[in-house]
Amino acid sequence: MEIIKVENMSFSYSKEEIFKDFNIVINKGEWITILGHNGSGKSTLTKVMIGLLKKETGIIKINGIELTEENVYDVRKNIGIVFQNPDNQFVGSTVKDDLAFGLENLCLAHDEIEMRIEKYLTKVNMLEYKDKEPHNLSGGEKQRVAIAAVLSMEPEIIILDEATSMLDPKGKEEVIEVIKNLSENNTVITITHNLSEAILSDRVIVLNKGKIVLDGKPLAVFKETEKILSAGLDLLPSMKIANKLAELNYQDEELKGILWELNSKM
Amino acid sequence: MGIEFENVNYKYDKRNAKYAIKNIDLKIDSLNEFICLVGHTGSGKSTLIQHMNGLILANSGIVKVSGSDVKKTRNINSVRRKVGMVFQFPEYQLFEETVEKDIIFGPTNFGVSKKEAILKAKEVAKLVGLEQTILEKSPFNLSGGEMRRVAIAGVLAMEPDILILDEPTVGLDPKGQREMMELFKKIHQTTKKTIIVVTHDMDVVSEYSTRVIVMKEAEKKFDGLARDLFLDQKLLEELNLKKPTYIKIAEKINKKLNRNYQIGCLSLAELIKEIVKGE
Ligand SMILES: Nc1ncnc2c1ncn2[C@@H]1O[C@H](COP(=O)(O)OP(=O)(O)O)[C@@H](O)[C@H]1O
Ligand SMILES: Nc1ncnc2c1ncn2[C@@H]1O[C@H](COP(=O)(O)OP(=O)(O)O)[C@@H](O)[C@H]1O
Ligand SMILES: [Mg+2]
Ligand SMILES: [Mg+2]
Repeated sequence: MEIIKVENMSFSYSKEEIFKDFNIVINKGEWITILGHNGSGKSTLTKVMIGLLKKETGIIKINGIELTEENVYDVRKNIGIVFQNPDNQFVGSTVKDDLAFGLENLCLAHDEIEMRIEKYLTKVNMLEYKDKEPHNLSGGEKQRVAIAAVLSMEPEIIILDEATSMLDPKGKEEVIEVIKNLSENNTVITITHNLSEAILSDRVIVLNKGKIVLDGKPLAVFKETEKILSAGLDLLPSMKIANKLAELNYQDEELKGILWELNSKM
Repeated sequence: MGIEFENVNYKYDKRNAKYAIKNIDLKIDSLNEFICLVGHTGSGKSTLIQHMNGLILANSGIVKVSGSDVKKTRNINSVRRKVGMVFQFPEYQLFEETVEKDIIFGPTNFGVSKKEAILKAKEVAKLVGLEQTILEKSPFNLSGGEMRRVAIAGVLAMEPDILILDEPTVGLDPKGQREMMELFKKIHQTTKKTIIVVTHDMDVVSEYSTRVIVMKEAEKKFDGLARDLFLDQKLLEELNLKKPTYIKIAEKINKKLNRNYQIGCLSLAELIKEIVKGE
């Protein structure tokens, strides 16, 4: 079932045209990763998709309902977005307040609010920081709080824009585990430069200068060496090995046969 | 002469029992080292490097830069000039109307004449791979990667003996990340200056470092060669660190195909050599 549908969308920042006649359909329950070089339009796309930026032309449908200026606030209650820079998204004076603020807006009962705060801060390993001031936290800690704040609202659609960039490897793994679990029931859109994260998702799209140049299952997408490179991305390690061995004319069918398996669960 | 730490301790909150860095002993040469500083979030990396140029002063213990005690020095500016520091997301600290003005801000602040500073700006812009035409532009009209290069150029323009960068590749796309690391390698090779990079990327550690320092819970837990770190399974587990990609891949191939590749391959080139060697 389609949950987000973008049809013939165009968008510009003052003079610079970013998207022209852009189309994409995202299905319910899909975990989709958007890859692309810096400036390819990833952040802009997600913001236009949920009406945070105003498209010039085209139609955007969420759950089959066309997004309009009148319904955008209601529709967005179902959507949680964690932005690239966590500094701009704190409203509470403590970590706990920050989560409570969003939950109170959902008009939840007090007990439910307390329960969710505890549950989601635990998920991102930040419960012991609940009384700290957000602005005193490190970049990675801020990102975890921002993620917990969005998840605690249990939105149907979750968008994470480079939301794990400042986490250490262990922190990344923890958050990815959370995302994986969520993606069983929710629709998740992640923007990342991390290929080992992308490979776990259901579908990968690659943006290059505002256009979709690849769209499909992760492994199928990553096999497109030329397009991947010209989009400013990196090849998977197994791909690099395969290419180098081919260059050297080194024949090893046995090794070739398992190279793809080497990418899983990096 | 470099940097020396003797039993250095620091707490942000003295009433609290928690140390940000604890019992740190360290010697860093000002030449020829490419150090990667790793450790989990909150382990003390940023606190440690800020001690190296006097931005944070130790609660106890001694930090020496070029032989003189940072706490006793009359001129903290000379310390700051010797140890150049590029913070996380340095592009957020750009503020001048033009790139050139941003780059010369540091040197002129330290008493270099404007004319000299402009010459220097041209030189460092070239070193970090920025076109000369960019010097006249507003830093806010550049891409993220370019803005970061401007910020780095601004630090290089002060001609530090040692260059420290706190997570310099975060937020860049893969190509940008690679170019950034290659830039530091080039600076290291052409100037011989010691470079310290804080990173979470074990592939960066294995490919670029001549020395790795690992922080865990405020303490220095490893100080040595990448190869020694990555081949010590027990230590890696204890420090909760991952292996670099090509070591993981060599191990997987051995396991799946029952082969005997040696697993200390720190880069793609080393792994390929190992695979092809059997021929
Ligand atoms: N607020 C803005 N005003 C003007 N141009 C912008 C703004 N935000 C982004 N851009 C430009 O739009 C393009 C796409 O940016 P963005 O969507 O942020 O890319 P990505 O998230 O893929 O790095 C870039 O060329 C960028 O410089
Ligand atoms: N400005 C600050 N005020 C209070 N505590 C801080 C501050 N900066 C860092 N800390 C704390 O000191 C410890 C070490 O932090 P830091 O040096 O930033 O670690 P890293 O750079 O390895 O992530 C952490 O527990 C962190 O929460
Ligand atoms: Mg973006
Ligand atoms: Mg830090």
